[in-house]
Amino acid sequence: MFEIFAIPFMQRALIAGVLIGFIGSYYGVFVVQRKMSFLGDGLAHAAFGGIALGILLDTEPLLIAIPFTILVSVGIVILKNRTKLESDTAIGISFAVSVALGIIFLSIKKGYSSDAMNYLFGSILSVFPNDLYIVSGLSIFTIITFFTHWNSWAYATFDSELARSDGQKIFSRDIYQSILISLTIVVSIKVVGIVLIASFLIIPAAAARLVSSTFYGMTVKSIIFGILSAVSGLWLSYYLDVPSGATIILVQALIFTICAVAGRQR
Amino acid sequence: MKNSIILKNITVQHNAKIALDDISVSIPEGTFNACVGPNGSGKTTLIKTFLGLIKPSSGTIEVLGNLNSIPSEFIGYVPQIKSHDLTFPALAIELVASGLRRNWIGRIHKDEKSEALKALDKINSAHLANKQLSSLSGGELQKIFLARVIIRKPKILLLDEPATGIDMVCESNINEVILNMNKNEGVTVIMVTHDWEVAKHHTQSVLLLNKKIVCYGPPEIALSEEMLSQAYAHYGHILHKHEGAAHV
Repeated sequence: MFEIFAIPFMQRALIAGVLIGFIGSYYGVFVVQRKMSFLGDGLAHAAFGGIALGILLDTEPLLIAIPFTILVSVGIVILKNRTKLESDTAIGISFAVSVALGIIFLSIKKGYSSDAMNYLFGSILSVFPNDLYIVSGLSIFTIITFFTHWNSWAYATFDSELARSDGQKIFSRDIYQSILISLTIVVSIKVVGIVLIASFLIIPAAAARLVSSTFYGMTVKSIIFGILSAVSGLWLSYYLDVPSGATIILVQALIFTICAVAGRQR
Repeated sequence: MKNSIILKNITVQHNAKIALDDISVSIPEGTFNACVGPNGSGKTTLIKTFLGLIKPSSGTIEVLGNLNSIPSEFIGYVPQIKSHDLTFPALAIELVASGLRRNWIGRIHKDEKSEALKALDKINSAHLANKQLSSLSGGELQKIFLARVIIRKPKILLLDEPATGIDMVCESNINEVILNMNKNEGVTVIMVTHDWEVAKHHTQSVLLLNKKIVCYGPPEIALSEEMLSQAYAHYGHILHKHEGAAHV
C-alpha cells in the first residue's frame, strides 16, 4: 500500500508534500483569521507572472517568481497600511496586472504549454532535489517563527492596535510574514499548482477554525490537517492517476466537511 | 504632586486635517480624569497619543518621566469594544493572561492561570474564565478587558468609552472597579466618556476637549454651562434640550 513511497520521485513528492502541508496550513491560520483569503489568490497569480517571465528568459522559473511575488506582497502590505485602500483592492490590482504580464510573456515564448500546465495544476513529477532544499529551508524558518513570532502575529490578528499599544512592532512583522507567505506560495506551486494554491492555504485553517476554541488550538489542528491532506492526497493522486494538487484540495475539502459537521455538534 | 503625563504643545494631524491643536496639559499622579467632548473632538486621538499609537506632528509628551517614549509596561488600556476581531477564537482567560506578557499566549503557564483567575475574581467574573470571547456580552467583555488591566498592575489606566453598549448595572460595576484602582492603588485614570453624570460624580478633573483644550479642571467648572457651550458650540440646541440630563 505504501510501496509507492519507495519510488524516488514519490519520496521527493512526499517530503515536499509534508513540508508544504505544514508551512501552508501554518501561515493559513493568519490568512483566514485576518480575512485575507483573497491574498493567496493574489500572490499565486503574482507568482504566475514571475514564472512566465522565467519561462520566457529560459531560466529556472521559481527563481524569478520568488522576488516577483515578494515584491507584490510587500507592495500590498504597504498599500494597506499607508493608504486608504483596502487590502482586497490592492490584491485585485496586483492579481490582474500579474496575470496580464504572464499571458504576454507566455504568448511571446513558443512551446511553453506543458511547463505552464505543470505550474498551473501542479505535478509531483516536477519536484526535484533542489526544490526540496528550498522547501526544507523555508520549513526550518517557519519552525523558528513559531517560537519567535507566533505570539505577536496572533496578538496583531486579534487586535493590531492593542498589540501596538503593548510595544509590538506590527508593521515590520507584517512585512516579514507576508514575505514568508509569498515564499510558501511559490515553493508550493510545483505540488499544488497556481490555480489551487490559495485553497491550500485556506481550507485546513478554515476547517481547524470550526473545531477550535483557541487560536493556538486552531494553529496546531490546521498544521495536522495540512500534513494529513498532503500525504493522503499524494497517495491517492498516484493510484487514481490524477493531478496531485487537485487531489490534495479534495481531501482537504473532505476534512473541512467533517469539521463542519463536528463543529455544529460542539 | 508629581505628574503622570505632561503634554506640551501637542498637535496631531491626520493628512491635512488637524485632530489635536496645540494641546498642553499636565495630569497629576493618582487622579481620576474624564475626557469629554463632542464626536470628532480628538478624545480617542488623545488617548492614542498617550499610548504612542499616534505620533504628534509637533510638541513633546512625557509619560511617567519618559520624554517622547511611552513606557507601555506601566500603562493599562481598555479599548473600545469594536476595535478587536470578534470572531477570533480565544477564551476569556487567555485575554486576561495576555496582559501579563503584553503579548498573546499560546499555552498559559500554571502561575499565569492562577493570576488571571485572581484578577477575574476581583471583578466577580471568575465564572467567565473558560468562555469563548465571541459568546460574551459587551459588558462581560469589558470586564475581561478590565481584568486584563488589573493583572498588569498599571500606573496609568486609559479607557476609551468603556460604558458604550452596556447596561447600567454593568456600567456601575465597571466604574466601581476603576474607582477602587484609583483610590486603593493610586492609579492615574483617564477615561473617555460621553456620560457627564459619571464625569461629575466620580472624577476629580474633567478635560473638556474640542481639538483644543476648552477646560481642564474640577467637574463643576469644566462641566459648567459656559464651558460646555464652548465645547459643544454646534450642538447648542441639544445642550438646551438636555439641560440637566446625564447624556448627550
